[in-house]
Amino acid sequence: MAEKIYVLIDHGQGEVRNGSLEALAWGQKMAAERGGEVHAVMLSGPDQEAARQVADSAQASSLLWLRHERLADYDPDAYAAALKDLVRADKPGLLLMAHIYQNIDLAPKLAVAVEGCLITDCIGHKRDDGGLVFVRQMFRNKLNADIRPSSGHPCIATLQAGAVSRDELQAGQSPLQERQADLDQVPQRRVSLEKIGAGKGQVDLTKADVIVGVGRGVKKEENLAMVRELAEVLGAEIGASRPVVDNDWMERERQIGSSGQNVSPKLYIALGISGAIQHIVGMKGSNTIVAVNTDPNAPIFNIATYGIVGDLFEIVPALIEKLRAD
Amino acid sequence: MKIISCLKEVPARDTRYQVDSGQHWIEEGGLTLEINECDEYALEEALKLQEAHGGEVSILTVGGARSEKSIRKGLAMGAKQAILVEDEERRVNHPYAAAKVMAQALQDEEFDLVLAGTQSDDYSYAQTGVMLAEMLGLPHATIVMEIEAKPDEKKIKALREMESGWFQWVEMPLPAVLTIQAGSSQVRYPSLPNIMKAKRKEIRRIPLDDLGVDLESMPRLEISRLYFEEAEGKAEILEGDTRSVVDLLVEKLRKEARVL
Repeated sequence: MAEKIYVLIDHGQGEVRNGSLEALAWGQKMAAERGGEVHAVMLSGPDQEAARQVADSAQASSLLWLRHERLADYDPDAYAAALKDLVRADKPGLLLMAHIYQNIDLAPKLAVAVEGCLITDCIGHKRDDGGLVFVRQMFRNKLNADIRPSSGHPCIATLQAGAVSRDELQAGQSPLQERQADLDQVPQRRVSLEKIGAGKGQVDLTKADVIVGVGRGVKKEENLAMVRELAEVLGAEIGASRPVVDNDWMERERQIGSSGQNVSPKLYIALGISGAIQHIVGMKGSNTIVAVNTDPNAPIFNIATYGIVGDLFEIVPALIEKLRAD
Repeated sequence: MKIISCLKEVPARDTRYQVDSGQHWIEEGGLTLEINECDEYALEEALKLQEAHGGEVSILTVGGARSEKSIRKGLAMGAKQAILVEDEERRVNHPYAAAKVMAQALQDEEFDLVLAGTQSDDYSYAQTGVMLAEMLGLPHATIVMEIEAKPDEKKIKALREMESGWFQWVEMPLPAVLTIQAGSSQVRYPSLPNIMKAKRKEIRRIPLDDLGVDLESMPRLEISRLYFEEAEGKAEILEGDTRSVVDLLVEKLRKEARVL
């Protein structure tokens, strides 16, 4: 019997999450290699609209639609219980999902509930002598690791944003299979209260052609003056990685990354940014990336177009001078 | 409130890693270790709750004897005592095992809240805290930036970070498990008198084998190979003194990338 690969499809406000489509493309690829079949899995309330949308756009052997009023909004207890029943009943060889914040909250709970192996934040997979291994980054993204789950347990894996391109997704239709989830015995413990949007004020980094991004390596708030001067000479906007914003050196609306903005300028200059994956997710769509960092092993150099291993406090003033002189 | 603050230590931020000869782990000789960043923020949140609501913070660590340095720092920051599950050979080397061992160590402890870092800087799995919650049968919330405890009502509110600049408050009954995001607040430095006092605080040591956890039969993850990413697709590194490297960069941005 062909192995079943299940892919969890997340959606919000009637839209399917990009990361889920990447995960589905990953699933299609794995199924093609392994001779298995892919099934999309969606959890939602009774409203059929989102399910229809997925069924009509993604090619899978089926779209398993788990339906229940308590699945209308994310609740870890209800979501884990519905998926636990599904995994126990259908025994998929693999359950794939996007490595998004909701699944970081959900997947480890589900893994324990089904006594499964969970490999988070994968950037791919391959086969070695011992079979299937998942590739992921460790040690602040500086090293790659091939991870092998133990056999005899359900296997869940989450995929890092952008690790598989959505362009690789085979479009098509999936037959819709409705299932009513049984959540009668599942207590409601965690209650969602208000949602707060980070202030989106005057700055719209998503439209900027040139962005100077600044990270932890800038060391002090006073040093931002130099960065502002460079941005001015370049006609650029300034963006920041998380530590800079956490220190209140810059407004949160300038944060780039998974918890901030996704940007795709023609030129991105990363100053003192080591390249935590949460930041890279937000800026790797930039056309040309220049990275300045003192650490030659900083992961930002893995995605940069041009790299300068050096001290930004020397490079930036020299760069300002050069651009002014020309 | 009785709070358990989970803490592990990891190689320091500026470590230049070397892979060991078996390609399964890093060379550990000469490593400088520090408290995992998110765990330090978790401890800070725990200490703030201790100050606001009374009670006590206990540190829980699974690690080798050398973890004592980080535990003492945590005690100097203000935790009252610590539990160290002794795992000198690093047999607890994946999140399922870590959560199981911690759940077992907490079995007879009384607590209202467990705080852990959202993820570690070595493995970066971001699983242990949530797995621990599920094994203890407790509600949880991840990637927490802010906490409002209501110990009288036996409830806790947490502000979770979400994607694209959104945050959400959630509320759940105590006891619960929260995983804390780095940067949630300013982490305190221990004062000298507190460092001295911390030397006398109790670290209760539990040999791993005493917990009776079967590390073999549980779902396991194994590092089959650890390596630096292959060079393909890496940046073109521009070299030279400051002036020439800047000249070269500007030329490339103008003529090659055509972005200036």
